[in-house]
Amino acid sequence: MPSFVINEKCDGCKALDKTACQYICPNDLMVLDREKNKAYNRAVEMCWECYSCVKICPNQAIEVRGYADFMPLGAAVQPMRGTDSILWSVRFRNKEIKRFKFPVRTIPEGTLEPDAGYATGTDDISSPLLRTEPGSLGLSELPDIGCSKK
Amino acid sequence: MNINNFKTVEITTDLLILGGGMAACGAAYEAAFWARKKKMKVTLVDKAAMERSGAVAMGLSAINLYLGLKNKKNTITDYINYVKNDLMGITRDDLVANIARHVDSSVHLFEKWGLPIWKDAEGNYINEGRWQIMIHGESYKNIVAEAAKKAIKELGENGEYLERIFIAEPLIMDNHCVGAAGFSTRENKVYIFKARAVLATMGGAVHIFRPRSVGEGLGRSWYPPFNSGSSAYFTIKSGAEMTSQEVRFVPVRFKDAYGPVGAWFLLFKSTATNALGEDYMKKHAAELKKWAPYGTTNPVPANLRNYLMMIEIEKGNGPIYMKTDEAIKNLIDSFTNKMAAAQKMKELESEAWEDFLDMTVSQALLWASTDVEPEKRKSEITACEPYFISSHSGASGAWVSGPRDLLSGKYHWAYDNMTTVRGLFAAGDASGASSHKFSSGSFTEGRIAAKAAIAFCADSSFRDTIDKDKIHELKKIMLRPLVTYSKYNNYSNDEDVNPYFIKPKMFMFRLQKIMDEYAGGTGTAFKTSKALLEKGLEFLHYMHEDSEKLAASDLNELMRCWENIHRLWQAEAHIRSVLFREETRWPGYYIRTDFPEIKKEWKCFCNCRWDLEKQKWEMMKKEIVELT
Repeated sequence: MPSFVINEKCDGCKALDKTACQYICPNDLMVLDREKNKAYNRAVEMCWECYSCVKICPNQAIEVRGYADFMPLGAAVQPMRGTDSILWSVRFRNKEIKRFKFPVRTIPEGTLEPDAGYATGTDDISSPLLRTEPGSLGLSELPDIGCSKK
Repeated sequence: MNINNFKTVEITTDLLILGGGMAACGAAYEAAFWARKKKMKVTLVDKAAMERSGAVAMGLSAINLYLGLKNKKNTITDYINYVKNDLMGITRDDLVANIARHVDSSVHLFEKWGLPIWKDAEGNYINEGRWQIMIHGESYKNIVAEAAKKAIKELGENGEYLERIFIAEPLIMDNHCVGAAGFSTRENKVYIFKARAVLATMGGAVHIFRPRSVGEGLGRSWYPPFNSGSSAYFTIKSGAEMTSQEVRFVPVRFKDAYGPVGAWFLLFKSTATNALGEDYMKKHAAELKKWAPYGTTNPVPANLRNYLMMIEIEKGNGPIYMKTDEAIKNLIDSFTNKMAAAQKMKELESEAWEDFLDMTVSQALLWASTDVEPEKRKSEITACEPYFISSHSGASGAWVSGPRDLLSGKYHWAYDNMTTVRGLFAAGDASGASSHKFSSGSFTEGRIAAKAAIAFCADSSFRDTIDKDKIHELKKIMLRPLVTYSKYNNYSNDEDVNPYFIKPKMFMFRLQKIMDEYAGGTGTAFKTSKALLEKGLEFLHYMHEDSEKLAASDLNELMRCWENIHRLWQAEAHIRSVLFREETRWPGYYIRTDFPEIKKEWKCFCNCRWDLEKQKWEMMKKEIVELT
């Protein structure tokens, strides 16, 4: 059913003003059932299986059961997203398990500098140079198109 | 349901950025810098949460546009020629060149901002193909959004971003875009934004054609289902000239879960064959001559590769396979040392899985649920349903002004990336005929457009021309589905079946059925004709009438109503443009059975415009002027 919420693990993000999954879903699918205090996916057929809700859930209460109209049952792909890497566990229908770890960032979240140390080579708003150029291009000036014969 | 219970919030700004994806983030980043110098205010409005908004929400495993100009790896001329050939000659060279000369800067910034890019022992980026570089991109969008948010923060009280607001309509006065109207998807509030300039960056369009999977898998479109044609609607309903509305994109991907094939074809050098093991690219090589000079130039355009595959499917020679097992074997066989071969195998396995886990987790899930290990078993590929995405190998979008310094200003009539409507700019999937910009190019085009838009703001006066009556009228139109629902829902005892209204889900299914059956979707093997298209238009006419009877029981459904109104207008622009172009130019995207060949006289842009005053469509040819 694409992403689904495990009843036992979901606490409705009671400590927050809105649930994490509700905050993040790019398609506005996750909602909080206020009576049960559990989140749920309100339109599974509109779910892209993007895993944004799975990755952000503070209780690991969300998993994905692959689209049943073309996926045989029994497999699971579950991430654990840390501050600098993500650990994926892939469980096959035949029960085999593979694990993969990939980096996600090279500097800590919240520490990036928009200009990244590059100066902008002009103050002129009508110049074609953009913010941080030409330094961020690794060139001394904006490159010539190289085919300006016309 | 009383619309007076909805508070109206009016926000006045200088530059209004609509959207939250790559182009919008690039725009915010650039706009903030120039707005500070010009003492201008910047407001960004997103229907989702910026850190996972837009097509890069899930992440990406590659950046598909990087030229490497500092290392002289490529030239801009080579790039223009590549894009133009892929699009069968229909490309705005000036726009492609403008993006290409800036894009490396954006990629270098991404790296400094913390995006892990694959590197070789010398510290150079590792290429997937000539223009593509490999990344560990699970958090690509989070990183880019962090930069955009920080840039907006630099503006202090002159910078703001608002999330979970859906923009429904443009505000237009005398061919001048003066703002936008929308509503909150979280609380009972209507928003009226008044601006000097508006930048449309709300992505492309999905779910216009019927997807191959229609159960739970409906949402597993290749491009995200939340890209609902808002850019097209906003620019069309502003009266802006549109271009290449016929140039849909049909990607060939791993079947059903639509996982990426780029790494397999380019990095792992895999081939694809029919069920008999025949390489259809070799088998039908002669067919490519019919589509010369594009078909006989390497790399073969994406649509022609699709087309050769489709010939095999039509013959009944499917399934079509990506020979993943063979590709891995070939890569391993080059190692004579057993230890080295085992090590390489481990690396390749991890790379193959990361490709999916970074950007299409469903494909990893499909492999796991069918016990596929790619080194042991080949996998099926197929042509997806059509999408509207000018950042890839499609081209539909607004017709925008090119830079002054290229093509002697042939396509330059205003500030960079301004549409034919004053004050309305477009970038990313919203601007047309500048294909292959992908994530990095969309971000870059957002930067170009935003800088120009701030220059426009500095040169123009604020026009507060939207009066109270107009605002009330907009509020009534936007909230109509809620009113319709509350007025009639008690008549029937079924939430969805009611003679007085239509729910957005069935409205979308009707649109998808029309487009699939009359406009050349997967159901008709991408074939259509004048007779079919005209019949399709007839049905779209009923849809326009029925759109006034859309009903919504809550704010989420109200958003779905508007998304589907937006889809309807993108669909109509598409049908009219396919009808107008009397040839077949991209046979792997669609075939006009009544005009099955490519024709010299159609080497032109097909543009269209919805005339706001006359309330009718105008179709026109536009000359192609080339840089190379």
